[in-house]
Amino acid sequence: MPLRQGGVDTDQILPSKFLKLITRTGFEDALFADWRTDPTFVFNNPSYAGASILVAGPNFGIGSSREHAVWALMDYGFKVVVSSQFADIFRGNAGNAGLVAIDVDQKVIDRLLDAVEADPQLAVTVDLEACEISAGDIRSPFHIDDHTRARLLAGLDDIEITLTNVSEIEEFEAKRPSWRPSIHA
Amino acid sequence: MAGTTHAPRTLAQKVWDDHLVVRGEDGNPDLIYIDLHLVHEVTSPQAFDGLRQAGRPVRRLDLTIATEDHNTPTLNIDKRIADETSRIQIETLRANAEEFGLRLHSLGDIEQGIVHVVGPQLGLTMPGITVVCGDSHTSTHGAFGAMAMGIGTSEVEHVLATQTLSLKPFKTMAINVEGTLRPGVTAKDIILAVIAKIGANGGQGYVLEYRGSAIRALSMEGRMTICNMSIEAGARAGMVAPDETTFAYLKGRPHAPEGANWDAAVEYWRTLVTDDGATFDAEVFLDANELEPFVTWGTNPGQGSSLSAVVPSPDDYSDPNERVAVERALEYMDLVPGTRLKEVEVDAVFMGSCTNSRIEDLRQFASIVRGKKKADGVRVMVVPGSMRVRLEAEAEGLDKVFEEFGAEWRFAGCSMCLGMNPDQLAPGERCASTSNRNFEGRQGKGGRTHLVSPLVAAATAIRGKLSSPSDLTVED
Repeated sequence: MPLRQGGVDTDQILPSKFLKLITRTGFEDALFADWRTDPTFVFNNPSYAGASILVAGPNFGIGSSREHAVWALMDYGFKVVVSSQFADIFRGNAGNAGLVAIDVDQKVIDRLLDAVEADPQLAVTVDLEACEISAGDIRSPFHIDDHTRARLLAGLDDIEITLTNVSEIEEFEAKRPSWRPSIHA
Repeated sequence: MAGTTHAPRTLAQKVWDDHLVVRGEDGNPDLIYIDLHLVHEVTSPQAFDGLRQAGRPVRRLDLTIATEDHNTPTLNIDKRIADETSRIQIETLRANAEEFGLRLHSLGDIEQGIVHVVGPQLGLTMPGITVVCGDSHTSTHGAFGAMAMGIGTSEVEHVLATQTLSLKPFKTMAINVEGTLRPGVTAKDIILAVIAKIGANGGQGYVLEYRGSAIRALSMEGRMTICNMSIEAGARAGMVAPDETTFAYLKGRPHAPEGANWDAAVEYWRTLVTDDGATFDAEVFLDANELEPFVTWGTNPGQGSSLSAVVPSPDDYSDPNERVAVERALEYMDLVPGTRLKEVEVDAVFMGSCTNSRIEDLRQFASIVRGKKKADGVRVMVVPGSMRVRLEAEAEGLDKVFEEFGAEWRFAGCSMCLGMNPDQLAPGERCASTSNRNFEGRQGKGGRTHLVSPLVAAATAIRGKLSSPSDLTVED
């Protein structure tokens, strides 16, 4: 699915009125809900139905920290978002929730957008093992940080990983100065 | 800390080092301790579900505090919340607080309010601590010299369970603002000018440290306004080194240290400055003497200019992506290139949000509208950041000033900053807003937002067009 626009903010990806849900799923109809009221918006083009890779303009996911934006993309069926630049919080949320967010040079993005717009059926492949994206005669390496990549491939529970350091956490807490904030003080 | 010697470090590096639980090896992130976790109703329900499913408790209830803000109505707060999904979300927070043992300040409680107003007001936000919240405007707390970050719901769950976060060190950027602000120019104008200069993505990957004489001269409220909008430049956090202004603000607050603890704290806080000789990864300079009241004309916070300017033309931009973005923004905002910004008429003025809803902000707004009447046909809403701020304003008689002016004086919450409660713009309505985001539909579907300072909001409410106090005449 090609989304040329740059600077897409999370208020567009998931408008705030849909932030009221208390579940982690059920956001598929909320994704880009306001923009989808425009019949010319790419999400209303049936040629792209079932797309699992979103090729987006630069600076994707700016603004609000709502992880709901990531959940909505996943609920809609996306497994990967490709951009030349992601907002930091969005990128972190994607990694934590299991959405693959990969950085590709803007020149490659431009070629991908052209190719996918010309042929909506063109298959785009993202190889997370090899860190390579390909579509037709386009082939490019992409960047994702190793830590996030390893977690996505292994499907690890981050809290479980951190809790292997519980003795270090306890040690840190024992040395914490008494004037640090406490809601009981 | 004491007894160790370091190469010169920035403020951000010092706070990071003092919270290092485990240093990440081989490119893995560091494990960072979190001193204060602020919770609200929107981004927490799924995190508590996760804890429940895994059978995990909240690790540090004494470092976790919750309030209701995003969904809360600002009228009839003693009535049942009419919107069912809003009510369920708030009731879910109440049930989770009860089940897990969290301290919660509910609607009606004197400490209820916007999470980023409540933390500082209680004295929980202090220099050199780490603060997180499932809200991007957590950057506000950096005004105290804290490292404060917005996080997503998975991270909220992680902090609830472990009181830590896995993070890779951030880059640092100095934002140097030297000089003296002219009358009518405030902290909001500084930060809007900074974002316009570096762009809505200029801060990505960085912690910004605001420095220089113009920053030192600001009150804590002003510094909070600036740090609050660090995220609008894409930054992970924004910080101001603590000084006497910071200590004076904190002294005597409910959770501020006392006695010997206070002395020990202040001694440590005084070390929280960027050392001479420390280097930043990037530096930006802004001349405070030259700044004018600022306003946004587009649909991201970087699309702004001096209020005395005209609406730009897409042709002014050489980058094709930027040209398309400006074209789209002007179409959404229904603005014609070349129009003087001071000729742009508004339908509404919103005075509030975690950016500008503290007592000083309300005083500034009141100083302009006192004894005046709002422009016909303009709806003016004043929403204090917390119940404490509301009471303080009423004790000073500001509520009467607002009401005589023709403004609506509301109860505390996020309100029209994001329109999760009934406070929203109608499609096509144009608003001068002291909030932080002018994204499409942010204040209500089809609504158009111009970000401004409280002083500009006040002058605009009087004239009905985007205005600064210097535009007011005796007739106004």
